[in-house]
Amino acid sequence: MSWPVANVWLIPAIPIAISLVILSLAKSRRQSAAGLAIIGQVVALALSIAGFLESLQTPSFRAVQNFTWFTFGETALRIGWVLDPLAAAMLVMIALVGLCIFIFSIGYMADDKNFTRFFAYLSFFSGAMLGVVIANSLLLLFVFWELVGLASYLLIGFWIERPRAAAAAKKAFITTRIGDMGFFLGMLWLYHSSGTLLFYDDGNGCLESVGLAMLGASATFIALLIFCGAIGKSGQFPLHVWLPDAMEGPTPVSALIHAATMVAAGVFLVARVYPLFSLGRINGVTSSLTVVVWIGVTTALMAALIAIAQADIKRILAYSTVSQLGLMMVSLGVGGVAAGIMHLLAHGFFKALLFLGAGSVIHGCHHEQDIRKMGGLRRLMPVTFLTYAVGMMALSGVPLFFSGGWTKEEILHATAHWPKSHVPYYLVLAGVILTALYMTRQVIYVFFGSPRAASAHVRESPRVMTTPLIALALCAIFFSVVLTPGWPWLHGYLTGEPAQFDIKRSIQPMLFVSLVLVAAGIGLGVLVYRRAGMPDRRRPAEVDPFEYAQPALFCFLENKMWIDELYGRTVIAFSWMSARLSDWMDRYFWDGLVRAFGRLGQLFGIFTTNVDELGINAGVDETMTGTRGLGRVMSSWHSGQIQTYLGVIAIGMLALLLLYAWLV
Amino acid sequence: MTLTLQIFLIVSAALFCIGLLAALSRRHAIFILIGIEMMLAAANLNFIAFWRFSPEPHQPTGVMVAIFSIAIAAAEAAVGLALVIAVYRHYRTTNVDQFDQLKG
Repeated sequence: MSWPVANVWLIPAIPIAISLVILSLAKSRRQSAAGLAIIGQVVALALSIAGFLESLQTPSFRAVQNFTWFTFGETALRIGWVLDPLAAAMLVMIALVGLCIFIFSIGYMADDKNFTRFFAYLSFFSGAMLGVVIANSLLLLFVFWELVGLASYLLIGFWIERPRAAAAAKKAFITTRIGDMGFFLGMLWLYHSSGTLLFYDDGNGCLESVGLAMLGASATFIALLIFCGAIGKSGQFPLHVWLPDAMEGPTPVSALIHAATMVAAGVFLVARVYPLFSLGRINGVTSSLTVVVWIGVTTALMAALIAIAQADIKRILAYSTVSQLGLMMVSLGVGGVAAGIMHLLAHGFFKALLFLGAGSVIHGCHHEQDIRKMGGLRRLMPVTFLTYAVGMMALSGVPLFFSGGWTKEEILHATAHWPKSHVPYYLVLAGVILTALYMTRQVIYVFFGSPRAASAHVRESPRVMTTPLIALALCAIFFSVVLTPGWPWLHGYLTGEPAQFDIKRSIQPMLFVSLVLVAAGIGLGVLVYRRAGMPDRRRPAEVDPFEYAQPALFCFLENKMWIDELYGRTVIAFSWMSARLSDWMDRYFWDGLVRAFGRLGQLFGIFTTNVDELGINAGVDETMTGTRGLGRVMSSWHSGQIQTYLGVIAIGMLALLLLYAWLV
Repeated sequence: MTLTLQIFLIVSAALFCIGLLAALSRRHAIFILIGIEMMLAAANLNFIAFWRFSPEPHQPTGVMVAIFSIAIAAAEAAVGLALVIAVYRHYRTTNVDQFDQLKG
């Protein structure tokens, strides 16, 4: 093993260590904080690239290092690190996207008072996410998983003086915690069944044949429980409600955590424990994978529908993320693991790009986030517009030059060949059209048309912010090179199969399908939203064209299908009621019981007191009185008369004599 | 009639009882002393009687005891009289009924 692979634990350790150093700096040391964070990220990126290059050497590369954490009795708890193609690719993506976002944050958070704290939290998050990726033990993964959740909480609620941010952070943490409960239960069950939580351990790991053989039918339930964690973290239905609210955090946070990396952790987890999901598959289908598919496709479609009706620039992108994650889950579920992971990597790049572009727009419009108030930024912020357009086309799935197109095609291909049902395929097709539709709507509102209220006094963002945008845009384009089916290098790398360069394979029927869908989506978007933001026939300017056409449907979608309200009436109301009930029980019932016991003790004390005072005291007093009386009586016998005494002596002596005579 | 031991014992017992009666029922202190002397005399008589009718009357055992007893009686009478005089000096009476300071 080369040095970077042998010391792969440094990759998460360095950013976390640097975050602790930054926390010890004073608030005024902004440049040191940013510098340290970026240095840490660069080192992590360098090590990740070194590990990645190392992993290219051999096909089906896997470097594992396990060690014992602690022993109790005869059992030892072992954890370790693993570096395989999945992990190596994820490491490079996370480190690279993270670096771009760190650089962007220097410009975006330049006016913020808590600049140093921001970089400390960002660095901490980066280290934790890198740790999730290379963990070889489900327990270690869970530890880093929770750290990532903590970092998300700290960063969403970064502006602590805003109550909405605090509420959003709380909501995120609690919602993901619900998923994590399922994750933890699955982990316990797995440990109980297979005796180990290590993934790869020279054949004894829980994902290798020996470990899997011990699971039997419980593998489905374990997989579903672990999937609960993924549902929470990746914002799948029904635990998606925290992701849109998480947009209360600063935009770099949304880019890093809620677009590229943390929400990807759920998809990564499913890919990581895929052998559990696919155990006992018949024709590539198992029950747990079927659940994954249905939840994924529901999420994808639902989120895409809601995104059409949102007016906040970041919320559209948030729902887009939820939808794309659903798409990735579908891909994993139907068996296209490599396709799903490739889409995850590509999505990381172009979603971060889109969010940073949105951040640039928000920064330029002086923190206005409503797209209906923006417009015509195409000429006022050209670099932002161009990079945003690249991201939008990648997301919509325009093939050939944009990475998102190829990966989406792969996913469509995998979904079309699912033996169980064709319904997910059709729903995914609908999702592709909707994606193109809402992105077109957003681009038209923000960049086209004539400038509206917030677009006055807008300048292009400084270079420190536009350079990462350009870098990510280039990544989004050139990444497509390794994704084409003509040279499926990344696919081969992830699955361990050799890749052949065959240009003819680039032209597949699915390519035409996706071309048609994307064109339909963009075309429909242009048609409907061509005059958005401007008055058109009888529609006022501020009313969305879709809203004008279908007000009831629009209202339903705009209010997020009332799911938050539903949860509020049911789950949260139930929690409130149980909390109040518990409080009442504690205050009156248990407290009453405790007080009753106290009262019992008190009664016992009173009883004892009375027994003591009236019984024993009186008894003693009576004895004393009796003794005194007896004494008085006996002393009255002492008459002082000598002759009486003499007489008694005489009688006594007589009695003794008689006794003597009787005995002898 | 022949002098048997029983006659002497009866006399001695009678004398003892009379002495006891005297000690218990006379009010004058001197009379109590007289009664005590009579009891002592009765005891002496008892000793002599048993000595006289013993198998070896030539040994002077009984007489010795009687002589000691009389000497002690005399000493004791002296002491008793001294006591009576001391008490008389305090109480100015010899009526034993009035010596009741130990009354409780």
